[in-house]
Amino acid sequence: MSTSAQAGVAPVRRLGRRSKRVLPGFGLSLGISLFFVSLVLLLPMTGLVVETSGMTWDQFWFTITDPRVVESYKVTLWTALAASLFNGLFGLLLAWVLVRYEFPGKRIVDAVVDLPFALPTAVAGITLATLFSQNGWYGQWLAKIGLEVAFTPLGIVVAMAFTSIPFVVRTVQPVLEELSPADEEAAVSLGASDGRVFRKVIFPSLWPALVTGIALSFTRSLGEFGAIIFIAGNTPYVSEVTSLMIFIRLQEYDYAAASAIASLVLLASLILLFSINLWQGRYLRRLEGR
Amino acid sequence: MSITIDQINKNFGGFQALKNVSLDIPEGQLTALLGPSGSGKTTLLRIIAGLESSDSGRILFGGDDVSQLHVRDRNIGFVFQHYALFRHLTVAENIAFGLESLPKKQRPSKQEIRQRVAKLLEMIQLPELAKRYPAQLSGGQKQRVALARALATQPRILLLDEPFGALDAKVRKDLRRWLRALHDEYHFTSIFVTHDQEEALELSDQVVVMSQGQVEQVNSPTGLYARPESRFVFDFLGHVNVLSGLVKGQKLVQGDAWVSLPGVRHDQEAQLYLRPHEVQLSRSPAAKARLPLRIEAISLIGSEVRIELAPEGWQSDEIWEIGMSHAEFARQNPTRGELWYAVPDVGHLFVADSVQPRTIDWQYTEAANASNM
Repeated sequence: MSTSAQAGVAPVRRLGRRSKRVLPGFGLSLGISLFFVSLVLLLPMTGLVVETSGMTWDQFWFTITDPRVVESYKVTLWTALAASLFNGLFGLLLAWVLVRYEFPGKRIVDAVVDLPFALPTAVAGITLATLFSQNGWYGQWLAKIGLEVAFTPLGIVVAMAFTSIPFVVRTVQPVLEELSPADEEAAVSLGASDGRVFRKVIFPSLWPALVTGIALSFTRSLGEFGAIIFIAGNTPYVSEVTSLMIFIRLQEYDYAAASAIASLVLLASLILLFSINLWQGRYLRRLEGR
Repeated sequence: MSITIDQINKNFGGFQALKNVSLDIPEGQLTALLGPSGSGKTTLLRIIAGLESSDSGRILFGGDDVSQLHVRDRNIGFVFQHYALFRHLTVAENIAFGLESLPKKQRPSKQEIRQRVAKLLEMIQLPELAKRYPAQLSGGQKQRVALARALATQPRILLLDEPFGALDAKVRKDLRRWLRALHDEYHFTSIFVTHDQEEALELSDQVVVMSQGQVEQVNSPTGLYARPESRFVFDFLGHVNVLSGLVKGQKLVQGDAWVSLPGVRHDQEAQLYLRPHEVQLSRSPAAKARLPLRIEAISLIGSEVRIELAPEGWQSDEIWEIGMSHAEFARQNPTRGELWYAVPDVGHLFVADSVQPRTIDWQYTEAANASNM
């Protein structure tokens, strides 16, 4: 017993000594950060769960498997996937152009990339709807080739792509900037063609960032609301997104149903983000030789 | 494969990195491009490789003009200062990269590539590391892998940019010796860039000293050390002691110091360059020179004792350094703070604006004088 008491005391003393860190303010800064994270993120999430827990399992299942809601999952998933894949391609191209080439107006383009973040999404939605409507600037030309964008699921893709493009550009850009030119020169001096240099040397360093960017863009698109509702047309079973379903349930004062659907979206986003992080951690560990 | 560099010019903006450089690199030799940073040595190497284009001039490999040829078609091996290994590929995959980049018709079979890689791993003495990633290797191991990768396609020419620059002293020495042995075995034509004169003199068959975008001197290490042709080369090849003064009555005089200079024209500015091993220390001035110096520091480490001295009653831009054998040191026992006199055996005199030095051997002149009498 006496030994266990001693063992219990010793770590406390050691902790006391350990607290003499070189960098001051560890306890305070960590405390404030955790408190804030709880206040802003964890508490609302808990609220969501608490709200949902008022339902029975059957009610919950009934709410989330309502055919109209299920249809909205499908629409949201495929549009978000299409939008984020498009952003993966176009965002990579944009980042490449911004890092690799010098051209007049480069800094303006660089600044404009962040515009979707700065612009209220509703403004973006209204603007896009106007541009792509039957007699809008883009819409009238697209109509001629039989492509309807506004008030169709395609409009959802456009709105999602617009609001989430900065995620891809801003995650890929710094990685591209840090690529050592010597790696590419080494590959070329070994006789590799430009395509091979890109595939074997540039892309492998780039793709963890690209995948992260695409995943962020995807999760962001899953929850996008403001920009979409103005351009989607919101036809039940055709162009309703899940976030709109949450909104509709709220308008019906059915808070429990709204939280039920919301918790599902939250769960999907969390699983996606965690798995991306896990996968990326493993990939990066290999590069750093741990 | 010999390399001919023909009147190469290169500008970066307003800065002229290479000024009309012409040079012949003989086949099968290890040539060092030696110079301080900014001398254009790396730029020249990159132009030879095709990683940089010249503004004018030609590069010939064995008589063929390759100036317009892309790097990937020049069939050179290039080793980068910071290795530039592909960090997401294993050591074996890195080495195989060049072979797998060959056009389909010339590309060896998978089996053959595996064998070639295994052989190269043997050559760099790291067969057990085939499956490791670059981040798991030490600096010296990375540089060996980079070398094996560059040699995998059996290039005609091997170019190395400061190959040992990022390594610590011990590994550097080992790797240097190893590279020399490798070169002697395989006989490719290689050029390496370095700012370390010791490395250049120890490793190469031919040294090209560069300064401010121009070639200062080309010679074998022995030839270069024995006969530096300019002030710059002198300054660059290790420490040199300088007495600058005025020639008066067969003497070079500055303050309390003088050195006898038989047969040099009266009344002109001159600098006498004396290397640490060309000077002896004595407790009293000699008939041919009076160079009073006070001992500032003594360094015992190494095969020779290195003594640093400050001029007494005259001026020198830099501190003087004189080497002394340990036996001599034990006999004479010089201590810090004492006043000693430097006695030159051999010196190199730059008169007025002349570029080339005149070597003066006092031992020889004294012997001649003695026999004349």
